[in-house]
Amino acid sequence: MISLLLEPFEFGFMQRALLGACLVSLACATIGVFLVLRRMAFLGDALAHTVMPGIVLAHFHQFNLFVGALAASLLAATGIGWLSRRESIREDTAIGIVFTGMFALGILYMSSRRSFRDFTHILFGNVIGITGLDLLILAAVATVVLLGILLLFKELELTSFDPRYAAVIGLSSGKVRFALLILCALAVVAAIQAVGVLLTAALLITPAATAAQLTRRLLPMMIVSVAVAFLSCLIGLYTSYYADLASGATIVLAALACFLVSLGIASARRGRVQPDSGVRESGAPESNTAR
Amino acid sequence: MIHLGYAGRHHAHPVPAAPALEVRNLSIRYAGAEEDALDRVSLTAEIGSRIALVGPNGAGKSTLLKAVAGLLPTPPDRVRIYGNAVGACHHRVTYLEQRSEVDWHFPITVERLVMTGRYVHLGWFHRPGPEDRRIVLTALERLGLASLAKRQIRNLSGGQQQRALLARALAQEADLLLFDEPLTALDFETQEAVLAVLRELHQEGKTLLMATHELDRLEADFDAAYRFDRGRVRPLA
Repeated sequence: MISLLLEPFEFGFMQRALLGACLVSLACATIGVFLVLRRMAFLGDALAHTVMPGIVLAHFHQFNLFVGALAASLLAATGIGWLSRRESIREDTAIGIVFTGMFALGILYMSSRRSFRDFTHILFGNVIGITGLDLLILAAVATVVLLGILLLFKELELTSFDPRYAAVIGLSSGKVRFALLILCALAVVAAIQAVGVLLTAALLITPAATAAQLTRRLLPMMIVSVAVAFLSCLIGLYTSYYADLASGATIVLAALACFLVSLGIASARRGRVQPDSGVRESGAPESNTAR
Repeated sequence: MIHLGYAGRHHAHPVPAAPALEVRNLSIRYAGAEEDALDRVSLTAEIGSRIALVGPNGAGKSTLLKAVAGLLPTPPDRVRIYGNAVGACHHRVTYLEQRSEVDWHFPITVERLVMTGRYVHLGWFHRPGPEDRRIVLTALERLGLASLAKRQIRNLSGGQQQRALLARALAQEADLLLFDEPLTALDFETQEAVLAVLRELHQEGKTLLMATHELDRLEADFDAAYRFDRGRVRPLA
């Protein structure tokens, strides 16, 4: 049994894949918690699509795919932020316009080169193919995302639940939101390597949604979210190795399985506690709300 | 470490001898509206005074409070707060909305919610210190919320929510308090508790501007009252 678990990781590419998965989980699952709590889940998917032209350009002109993806997603995040600054365009509208436009640009470029075949690993990810340089870039991205969250934590928190009070004390929700967009763009670029453009949203959203079922506190939620993301990557890698299946798909389906389990746990808990009594979740044996 | 305030500049000091709030000929019209929400409104609140804003719903009370809180764009020089322009000293002004837009399902404790009242003093990148925690604890105690400090805000009753927001206003240690009907939808007991805190704030020299429906209490609890009617304002004797 032990050898069965260890065998895949005797290979260098599997070790790199595991380390890469770990870094991707750190970057995505933490920022994902804010996306879920702010009801911005759609954003992750959209940003993932916007990197297409960057990746295609990088592929044809032989520079690092990360650099292309990063440039494209930062451009898109800036574009979305800039468009939705005016009152006549809501953010979801801006996202819809920018992400389809960028995706189309990518397809246009591909079709002009009459080459769609090389891009399956962009669409579906290839965590097994991670190189040493990719790992370095992933580590840098994860560090920047975590540092960003750490530095802006109290502002991210306040603008998430009470943007009006933030405005009263002169804290611009727009600025914080833009910073969140940029951090999210970074996380997306990391995730694309692991699961590809089409499935990236899963690494941002599903682990965070799973954690939100299991805990009601912000910091534990982020920790559980990272753990779920990493566990999903691990299960996904094993399944991919032994059953010879696409790793991006197995990772996402493992995350989905985690989410379903958390749903089960949450409803089992609710069954034991009276709904909305609030006493259990707060952990305080105080009876003020139970009137 | 340097202090980086949210508004990007240092907090302005009060101008000597200036009133806490001076509004001169302020008119505000919402986009697409036929009439002014505020029509050439003027009023003055001396430091330490308690001003009641009365009148029917939609008469402009909330619009005035929002304008002073900096939530609506105002023409320059129409509103002076301690002699400064709106937004020059965010820490000195706090605003309690009639219906808060707080996401009460957000995972945060009562204690941390009240702590956000300290953020204007902390600015970017600074974390709350022992002094901030002491101020938060005092605010919680004054509103009888100390035992609920670790509770998630989603598990508060309506009255407790309102008290938590008031505790945050106390934690901010603002000098000009803008309260929009803070007593509506509160049970009698909570109303009394809130009124007691308001009286204490008055004794501490705070200035209070409050929209209210409690006409029978005007003389006991306020130094002056203004009646709002379709955007126009006149002082009540």
